[in-house]
Amino acid sequence: MVKPQLQTRKLNLWFGKNHVLHDVDLSVYSQKVTAMIGPSGCGKSTLLRCFNRMNDLIPETRITGDVLLGDEDIYKNGSDVSRIRAAVGMVFQKPNPFPKSIFNNVAYGLQIQGKIRRSELEERVEQSLKAAWLWEEVKDRLNQSAMSLSGGQQQRLCIARALANRPKVLLLDEPTSALDPQSTAKVEELCLELKKSVTILIVTHNVAQAGRISDYTAFMYLGDLVEFDKTEKMFTVPADKRTEAYLTGVFG
Amino acid sequence: MRRRKLKNTLSTVILGFALLVTALFLITFLVHMFYKGSMVLSWEFLTSVPRNSMTEGGIWPALVGTFLLTVLAVAFALPLGVMTAIWLTHYGKPAWLISILRVAINSLAGTPSIIFGLFGMAVFVNIMGMDVSVLAGGLTLAILALPVIINNTEEAIRTVPHEFTEASLALGATTRQTITRVVLPTALPNILTGAILSIGRVAGETAPIMFTAATFYSRKLPTSLTDEVMALPYHIYALMTEGTHPDKQVPIAYGTALVLLLMVLLVSATAIYLRYLFRRKKQW
Repeated sequence: MVKPQLQTRKLNLWFGKNHVLHDVDLSVYSQKVTAMIGPSGCGKSTLLRCFNRMNDLIPETRITGDVLLGDEDIYKNGSDVSRIRAAVGMVFQKPNPFPKSIFNNVAYGLQIQGKIRRSELEERVEQSLKAAWLWEEVKDRLNQSAMSLSGGQQQRLCIARALANRPKVLLLDEPTSALDPQSTAKVEELCLELKKSVTILIVTHNVAQAGRISDYTAFMYLGDLVEFDKTEKMFTVPADKRTEAYLTGVFG
Repeated sequence: MRRRKLKNTLSTVILGFALLVTALFLITFLVHMFYKGSMVLSWEFLTSVPRNSMTEGGIWPALVGTFLLTVLAVAFALPLGVMTAIWLTHYGKPAWLISILRVAINSLAGTPSIIFGLFGMAVFVNIMGMDVSVLAGGLTLAILALPVIINNTEEAIRTVPHEFTEASLALGATTRQTITRVVLPTALPNILTGAILSIGRVAGETAPIMFTAATFYSRKLPTSLTDEVMALPYHIYALMTEGTHPDKQVPIAYGTALVLLLMVLLVSATAIYLRYLFRRKKQW
């Protein structure tokens, strides 16, 4: 078996007294798209946010178990959270570009790392926008506000912004749920292109979307990772009754 | 059905009447002030010094004094207040300490301004030995403005969408970088409008500067921060309570009051205009 890019071992998480994740063992493989599905409140977004330690922002969060990025335990004492978050890009449900220019949005991640030559910065911004399939649409108006873009463009800008850091992993938290069907299709295609260079973990409550773009699927229910397998396999012969019920729309 | 209609009409009348009374007070006040004040208002009134123990001449030293006091107060209070608000919203721990501090800040905002005057006299004038001076008065006014600026800045920071903060942190920014590069630039318009409005408050205060900065009568301008100064609100007080020629002094007091009123209106109008500009530009 290949070594996973991301891995959790016996991961448990509490918000205060609320036990949200139970003994989760998940492996996310390099250069694959892994989808996390499950009904609302099952803990899939919370699990996603463990991989870049965004749950740290919520007071009274307690975590046990390991979360590995490559070989590194990212919850180890003294680990550099900023560096981890730069290496694990994240795109949110609602497109959230900064109220800055298109250029400065993409440049942000690089500028906060420290001094960077202007020519190099411009090159990296261009590369990232190209990688997110946005370059052709915005190359003539890089200095305009990112808020002037359409929702779908804004979301691809957010992907470009995350890619500028050259992350190993891209976490997508229901990235298309606020988008129209065409923009959604574009983001989905983009995921298939991006997985050549970056590992993708996507939360979605659109089962069909998971079927279309993912290589692996994890089904979560009430804080448990019920089933994890190749998407093809899970979608044809699910091992667990709950998975089958969810996939066939009995509940959701 | 008729009953409901009747009730509706009745309440409309009552509310309309309340509005009318309020508006009448305001209109009477403004008309009175403009009428009385405009009788002495002139370019010369603004630019000359008081003469003949305040029975003639203008208010130039008081204008300069109020300007200096206000600028000094805001220069102290704005950075201090903004930094305090940042600490309260982003760094402050634990929660109970923050609650206590909030109560303290709100009590400070509700404290009668004469108390600030006494405090300023005790601490700045006496203990710290600044004497009655622009500096002591400016600092006293700064303390008065602080709670207003802190509360306003906190409010401004809180209206910055959480998504921006989250996006910044997720890109690997530290809390400090997130604050300086995303939160403050986004909140800046609201912070500034609030600060400008606090100028209006500070410029009009009398009690805090009574014992700390203001002098009844001075024909020359302050030459350093340790000089005492005249100030518009205190000048009005002096004209109305001291001296032997009320017939000559009262009109001057009205003129001074009109100038102060116009200044505050101007400052508020600036703030409203700025807010309008920023709102029009705002895109989230």
